[in-house]
Amino acid sequence: MSALLTVEDLRVCYPTRTGMVEAVRGVSFALGRERLGIVGESGSGKSQTGRAIMGLTPPQAQVTAKTLSFDGIDLLSAPPKLRRSLRGKRIAMILQDPKYSLNPVMSIGRQIVETLREHEDVSGAEARERALEMLAAVQIRDPKRVFGLYPHEVSGGMGQRAMIAMMLVAGPELLIADEPTSALDVTVQLEVLSILDKLVAERGMGLIFVSHDLRLVSSFCDRVLVMYAGRIVEELAASDLANAKHPYTQGLFNCMPVIGADRHPLPVLDRKPEWAL
Amino acid sequence: MSAIVSVENLSVVFDDFTALENVSIDVSAGGSFGLVGESGSGKSTLLRAIAGLAPPAGGTMRIAGLELRGRDRDKAFYRAVQMVFQDPYGSLHPRQTIDRQLMEPLAIHGVRDGERRILKALDEVGLGSGFRFRYPHQLSGGQRQRVAIARALILEPSILLLDEPTSALDASVQAEVLNLLEQVRRDRKLTFVMVSHDLGVVTHMCDRLAVMQGGRVVERLTADDLATGRIDEDYTRNLMVASKGFRRHAEPIT
Repeated sequence: MSALLTVEDLRVCYPTRTGMVEAVRGVSFALGRERLGIVGESGSGKSQTGRAIMGLTPPQAQVTAKTLSFDGIDLLSAPPKLRRSLRGKRIAMILQDPKYSLNPVMSIGRQIVETLREHEDVSGAEARERALEMLAAVQIRDPKRVFGLYPHEVSGGMGQRAMIAMMLVAGPELLIADEPTSALDVTVQLEVLSILDKLVAERGMGLIFVSHDLRLVSSFCDRVLVMYAGRIVEELAASDLANAKHPYTQGLFNCMPVIGADRHPLPVLDRKPEWAL
Repeated sequence: MSAIVSVENLSVVFDDFTALENVSIDVSAGGSFGLVGESGSGKSTLLRAIAGLAPPAGGTMRIAGLELRGRDRDKAFYRAVQMVFQDPYGSLHPRQTIDRQLMEPLAIHGVRDGERRILKALDEVGLGSGFRFRYPHQLSGGQRQRVAIARALILEPSILLLDEPTSALDASVQAEVLNLLEQVRRDRKLTFVMVSHDLGVVTHMCDRLAVMQGGRVVERLTADDLATGRIDEDYTRNLMVASKGFRRHAEPIT
């Protein structure tokens, strides 16, 4: 399996008043055309890892790595123009909340067309056609109507489908999904996930799925990286989750209330300082 | 067994949209009642109507021995009933210290021993007195939700209305906050009415629950019913499936 993305010793530092804060501290992994989950709590550096790959780290932060290469392209030394052409075309990202990540003053259809025409030389009519196809592919029942709607006129689940359509319309090879369903209702979450799952499988994309929900990630991905305080503390096959060795992973796995399990009080994480070393 | 929260045939209408239609619930003193459903099912509106934040169009409410009409509530009501909101980032004043926010309900109700109560409330929710003079932005999401719980508890109410108290929190922090809520309920013999879209959380916290859809209660269950799968409505079954997480359908990939 040739690696689509290679990350070696990735570090992201933010300057603060009290000195440098390392949000990501030496993360390494290789990704083929597979589904990789990154799990951790708020502040564990999981989103920062995704953003660094995408090139969305704010300018004041420092990103360093021994290797950060996508399909043979060194992302850190790539000129901004090359990175811009990769972003959205070959690497795409789905963000958490469609309420904030869609442009509120532009219709959904126009946003999808904009993405497509930014990266491909297609006529307006063809772009519209492909945007409608894409909206149909994310199982929006009436693509023509939704095409003309503004983000505030659609529900959260519909907005997130539009977001997926927009990200997939240019046919990316790597998709980074940062908590793609956390802002959605439980019933809608599964629909959105199955759409995402189907499209990723059909198109043979690599997927990085970032979430704080270990159970969800393990049911969706092939392999899971567990992050704590900016480092990977454990890597496991999703099927092997019940045999997790690190107490942090076990804690994340056990802390969710489960129907039918009578556990009062719920087990909580007893965070040990040595985990963060 | 006397009902401390008794809502009968309550309706709430916003312009031409009916958010709640003839909803009735009864919660006995010391009980813990859950409301589940998807967005727009009216579960939060019911809670807000009880607290006087949504205008009732019909029906009767008897809460903590008080007969309620309209959305006017007196001080006695708020001494007995307090609410914790979903978003700890939005429900605390960003420019007031924790101390001042905890002082506010005490000042409104003319409670004298503020100092002692604030220290006690912070201690009870597991935040030391070191947090007293901080601002909300200096706290994490879980710590803020603890402050919101402290603020609700400081008047020593008998009923707590909880509107998705943990859905903005990480799974690991959620467990801590749920344990805290269970503990204060036990210690103070509180009555909970809790809204959540997560069936796992509701069955963990509540002994009885109502499933809502489109402004109506479609099913009433006990936590045991849910655990053993004694469910009548398809809608509830769908929620159950959803709460179990993602399952890949065995479809051949071509």
